[in-house]
Amino acid sequence: MDKTRRDFLTAAVTATGAVVTRDLAHAQDHDHGHSHQVVPSDLTLRVKSLESLLVEKGLVDRAALDALIDTYENKVGPRNGAHVVARAWADPAYKQRLLTDADKAIAELGFGGQQGEHMVVVENTPEVHNMVVCTLCSCYPWPVLGLPPVWYKSAPYRSRSVIDPRGVLREFGLELLEDVEVRVWDSTAEVRYLVLPERPADTESLSEDALAALVTRDAMIGVAKIVPRREGGST
Amino acid sequence: MNGVHDMGGMQDMGPVQKEKDERVFHHSWEGRVFAMYRATGAWHKWNIDAARYTRELIPPAEYLRMSYYEKWYVGLVNLLTARGLVTRAEIESGKPAQGSSKASPPLLAKQIRETEALGASTKRNVSVAPRFQAGQSVRARNINPVGHTRLPRYARGKMGTVDRDYGVFVFPDTNAQFLGENPQHVYAVRFSARELWGEQAKAQDTVYLALWDDYLEPA
Repeated sequence: MDKTRRDFLTAAVTATGAVVTRDLAHAQDHDHGHSHQVVPSDLTLRVKSLESLLVEKGLVDRAALDALIDTYENKVGPRNGAHVVARAWADPAYKQRLLTDADKAIAELGFGGQQGEHMVVVENTPEVHNMVVCTLCSCYPWPVLGLPPVWYKSAPYRSRSVIDPRGVLREFGLELLEDVEVRVWDSTAEVRYLVLPERPADTESLSEDALAALVTRDAMIGVAKIVPRREGGST
Repeated sequence: MNGVHDMGGMQDMGPVQKEKDERVFHHSWEGRVFAMYRATGAWHKWNIDAARYTRELIPPAEYLRMSYYEKWYVGLVNLLTARGLVTRAEIESGKPAQGSSKASPPLLAKQIRETEALGASTKRNVSVAPRFQAGQSVRARNINPVGHTRLPRYARGKMGTVDRDYGVFVFPDTNAQFLGENPQHVYAVRFSARELWGEQAKAQDTVYLALWDDYLEPA
């Protein structure tokens, strides 16, 4: 986006009396040192005011709000998905179950529920690369990956993944070979997708836990491959 | 609705920006909005399609300007007021209307673990005949509903192939406006990238969409 467009956006934000900076305008000059998002106290106050209203009316239980936040900040996240992937790598029978009936196979490891009621696992191979997007909103498999990162919900990712997946992957540092088939899964219905990444070479001796430690969230969305840790490396 | 939320295929949104400091919630108010939305959902005054539709109704310039959880805040206030749980006056004052009675929250902290693990499936165990079979050629219908729909613009009128049948699910277009669940089959439909985007796309690349019976016609 050129400078004129950016100036226009900045002006538009000011003109409407924005209560938060917008991700899109802000994204254009990202590496300039200040905090990611400046939120004037107004929104903080409005949310606080809404919460006390809902509590006072008996519409919500404040402790339930705390428990919901704790669930997605501390309990449910991509380590769940990493265990699923590691099990699939370590156990061919499990992998087969995972690819044919993901809900049951994921439940075997104790995961499932909200925004992951109906799961499909798609397997990356040297010939096929799968990646997942939700062009219409932000659908994402919470029980195995937690809540989505900001970029997954952002306009650039939502808009371009379907028309230019290879370009998007390049921005993640992933250059695919010309003859690989890219399959983009647009989460338009209540089915959520998890990518089963390729198992890196030279990991035969690793335990399931050690395998799980290699698995990244981005690889399970399909915007990265898994690079094996070098022996004695510092990464 | 052909709204700005239906972004698939747009090209001028800039590069994907990864954060250096990724957090689940970047400000405490974001977590509170997320949790309030979830907790008030337990009143069953709306459904997931209505909630999405409410966020889609944010005017386009605002939709693009707002951060993700600000959209959720606006959507939540609109749902709460439209569905009669609170009034605009109460939102403005932050206080319950005089003389209003106090309710008992339907969702308590001790239930969270169970409700999150249980989820809220929109799959329906009803016998509805599928209109299409795996392997069949289909065309996504060229429709432009003014309400909520999950058929993105970029697929309309395009030919694809049914990859698999996901089963019977609530139909968002009617459910979002409380006009009934209208359950029907949802299919994974495979579109060649060239069918969607023309010769600029790689011949072997594909895009899969999950589409309801009412979005499809035989091709």
